[in-house]
Amino acid sequence: MIRRTLREIWPYLVLAACVAAFPLVVRSTYVQFVGATIGLYAIMSLGLCLLLGYAGQASLGHAAFYGLGAYTSAILTTRYHTSPWLAMLAGIALTSAVAITIGRPALKLHGHYLAMATLGFGVIVQIIFHEGGDLTGGFGGIAAIPPLQFGSLAIKGDKLNFLLIWAITIMALAISANVVNSRVGRALRAIHDSEVAAQACGIDVSRYKLMVFVLSATFASVAGSLYAHYIGFISPDPFGLTFSVQLIVFVIVGGSRSVWGALLGAALMTILGQQIERYEAIKDLNTVVYGLMLILFVIFMPAGLADIIRRVTDRIGRKGVVANG
Amino acid sequence: MFHSARVVLPLLVTLAVLGILVVAGCPKSTPQGTPQGGGPSVVPPAGVGPETGTGGAKPSGEPIKIGAIFSVTGPTAPLGEPEKMAAEMIAEQINEKGGILGRPVEVIIEDDKSENTEAVMAAKKLIETEKVCAIIGPSGTPATMAIKQMCQDAGVPLVSCAAGRTITDPVFSYVFAVPQTDLLAVAKIVDWLKANKIKKVASIYVANPFGESGQQQMEKQFKEAGIELLASEKFGGEDTDMTPQLTNIKGKNPEAIICWGTNPGPASVAKGVKKLGITVPLIQSHGVANAKFIELAGEAAEGVMLPAGRLIVWQSVPDDHQQKPVLKEFAEAFKAKYDRDADTFAGHAYDALHIVAKAIEAAGSDDPAKVRDAIEATTGFVGTAGVFNYSAEDHNGLTKDAFVWVKIEGGQWKLAE
Amino acid sequence: MDLAGKLLQLTLSGLAMGTIYGIVGMGFNIIYNATGVINFAQGEFVMLGGLIAVSLVAVHVPLAVAVVVAALIVAAVGLLLERLAVRPVSGQSVISMITITIGASMLLRGVAKLLWGPNAQKLPAFSGDEIIRVGPAALESQEIWIAGTALIIVIATQVFFNYTVAGKAMRACAINKAAARLAGVNVERMTLLAFALSAGISGLAGVVLTPKTLMRSSSGAPLAVKGFCAAIVGGLGNGIGAVVGGALIGVLESLGAGLISSGYKDAFALLILMVVLFVRPSGILGRNTDREGL
Repeated sequence: MIRRTLREIWPYLVLAACVAAFPLVVRSTYVQFVGATIGLYAIMSLGLCLLLGYAGQASLGHAAFYGLGAYTSAILTTRYHTSPWLAMLAGIALTSAVAITIGRPALKLHGHYLAMATLGFGVIVQIIFHEGGDLTGGFGGIAAIPPLQFGSLAIKGDKLNFLLIWAITIMALAISANVVNSRVGRALRAIHDSEVAAQACGIDVSRYKLMVFVLSATFASVAGSLYAHYIGFISPDPFGLTFSVQLIVFVIVGGSRSVWGALLGAALMTILGQQIERYEAIKDLNTVVYGLMLILFVIFMPAGLADIIRRVTDRIGRKGVVANG
Repeated sequence: MFHSARVVLPLLVTLAVLGILVVAGCPKSTPQGTPQGGGPSVVPPAGVGPETGTGGAKPSGEPIKIGAIFSVTGPTAPLGEPEKMAAEMIAEQINEKGGILGRPVEVIIEDDKSENTEAVMAAKKLIETEKVCAIIGPSGTPATMAIKQMCQDAGVPLVSCAAGRTITDPVFSYVFAVPQTDLLAVAKIVDWLKANKIKKVASIYVANPFGESGQQQMEKQFKEAGIELLASEKFGGEDTDMTPQLTNIKGKNPEAIICWGTNPGPASVAKGVKKLGITVPLIQSHGVANAKFIELAGEAAEGVMLPAGRLIVWQSVPDDHQQKPVLKEFAEAFKAKYDRDADTFAGHAYDALHIVAKAIEAAGSDDPAKVRDAIEATTGFVGTAGVFNYSAEDHNGLTKDAFVWVKIEGGQWKLAE
Repeated sequence: MDLAGKLLQLTLSGLAMGTIYGIVGMGFNIIYNATGVINFAQGEFVMLGGLIAVSLVAVHVPLAVAVVVAALIVAAVGLLLERLAVRPVSGQSVISMITITIGASMLLRGVAKLLWGPNAQKLPAFSGDEIIRVGPAALESQEIWIAGTALIIVIATQVFFNYTVAGKAMRACAINKAAARLAGVNVERMTLLAFALSAGISGLAGVVLTPKTLMRSSSGAPLAVKGFCAAIVGGLGNGIGAVVGGALIGVLESLGAGLISSGYKDAFALLILMVVLFVRPSGILGRNTDREGL
């Protein structure tokens, strides 16, 4: 039993160890910031991955949930002087409520319709952010958002934020993996393969879909709050359609049917975005590169990088077995 | 599903490798000002610098690194692109003239993709791994706001190319700005309205930080001046038909219409005004002060007036004006190199880079703290936007004298004062 | 201007923009009917059409020729898109299709930005900058061109789908692919044709639109969003419906901006979209017989 538990949790332990060691090994705050950003993106990608890869539902409005979390945190802490943690919880509550309101009717629709409903929802929410007057600060945004605090320790600077964000990323990863391997996950896979068949087996399709939708929205909201408290300034720009699409790129490239893939996709694409800058010939081509990668991945590696790694290691593993035998 | 050791381990290794890639890749970035490869001596690139390239000795020694963050891609690209071009050109010119303090200057340009998070990444990279002594840019106000606190904390001076008033109000000791703010532009407009005895106006502005900030200034200053704002309408950055908004404005019978935006929206406003047969004066903001506006609005641009920096009308600026030589040299060099007219945004990059370069000279060092002190001590610097006089209280340094009234006549900008 | 005059002006301008949304919506429908794919790159077809025409006119190609050539080039782009990106994943999940077309839209937008730069481009109005007075309201002459082009496209597509063999075959594919194949329809070729047709129509719309609205690489996405709304409101897959839906959205948006608040202008179309999706997903003109079993 203990061995089994250990076998299940050791990847998280290794990841946690890597995360803890990272800021000690890497002193550059730039790299730490890139790392923290990857963590934020990974949290959101995980949520979207559950929705996209397991429930088979596309959301083109995830940036709105990210924004709702960020704005709730920013507004409550700067305008009403709420504690940042409380503001983060309020963000989760608000986002869940909104996700339920939107999800209930939207998830009755299929395929394209859900994508469009969420697209419409996302754009409307962004408009509310910049039309919100004094409450949201309009296009000028909200500045001087206080950092999160543990007792007297303020989570300021890149090192502490990196650690906090990745601690939450690992939690999100564990939650996602649990969802995937639970009764809910099996139900979701059944829905993904055939909704009608799933329904016939007595699976409450719309309830499970809604659960995942709300969970993924919550993840995005948490990431939004973390972002707001980390950077200390928000404006409506980052919470639009462009970012929703970018999240889809992360999930597709990493592999939409593996929670670890979401992590990998977020990491790879963020680093790629930084690396492109280095090469004079392609540095202004980020949109083209993203678009091309999306197409190539869907055509040639529909299961993403995670699948490639799995196949390679499977092959190596098999060879090992043969050699030993 | 991934729960076997065989899979997770390689995943982590991959992640680690990617991490190392970022770290290792950092110092390799390609500098913009100096050609790479081959020690500290810098070969001046051919083909630029009319009468400027002579004289100065070849710069040598450790390059002085100045960071630049521009929105080269994304929605703010129309601003960031000319800024990048100007910065590259000026870096070359400075090096041809012997560099700064006898050392070559290296301007490292980062693209913030018009995104706040990317701007933060770029700033951290410039400060942390490139160890720049100052940063110019970003192009947009939100991106500047996102890195304002960070530059302050890191003690690296930031000279922004964005016009938002919140950048220099409240003043952060390390944060400066070069564009003429809307505060000054609106003040100039108020003067004109008063001179022409206009009491009732309507405004239409773009839904972005620039438009919103302009609108706020108009509301404030018109109220103080006793000018009534009959209607205020908005249009989206990608909006193409402003007829509904203008129909509303027409119904209120204002004595003048003021439009606050950057291309292409204001061109559609100008067309809409003509289409609806509105005959009262149309005043635009300095956001359209480039040739593109006349090209896009076509005939509808005729008679449009706006407060603008002198750069777009440099040919009409009298020869004895102190800005004339600067404007002429920059406009001609830019045209010669890129075959397009230098616009206001290119001018911002010129001002920002030169202010930093002059400050390094004055400080005799590229220590960021000393450079900051020297920037704040800048007085009488003649740039493209106007004459800069920074002080501890004023980190924008311009007065409304930085603006002149220009009018479009016969498809050309004409000085109207 | 009195209220009646204002309403007339708002309605007319709304209709002019609405017909454009309608044509984009029709483009969506043609591809949707043939393949079950919502092509997220539809707006980029419109953008490409406009920008290609700008470049052609700049090198002194006569306008009439430029219009045709631009539409044909965009049709070719649509053909390539189907062949290189959509066909390889045909039969896969809806999500693969959505993702692939999103990728294509980013790719086309990026390439357009490289070719034409970030700034808006201008095309001269087809018959000069004349303003036509309609009572107290005003119309640009280009708006007449837009409405006329929309009308021609609607009539031509109706004739094509109802009276030609290829058109009937395409409709057969939309109703039941397997059955169409059994009846001897070359489904692959029909899909290819649908992409070319849809792209060509959108490219044409882009050309007539540009003199009124200007065009730049980022103009595609907002048009696609409005086009979506038009297609959904009119009933996904219903050609005429899209045009009705587009006109409705254009007018409501214009009235909303003129009478309620111009800040929420874009939100009006999307609110209509969401209400229709949630209340009557088959659209106001659609029948409740969607392939996805709504």
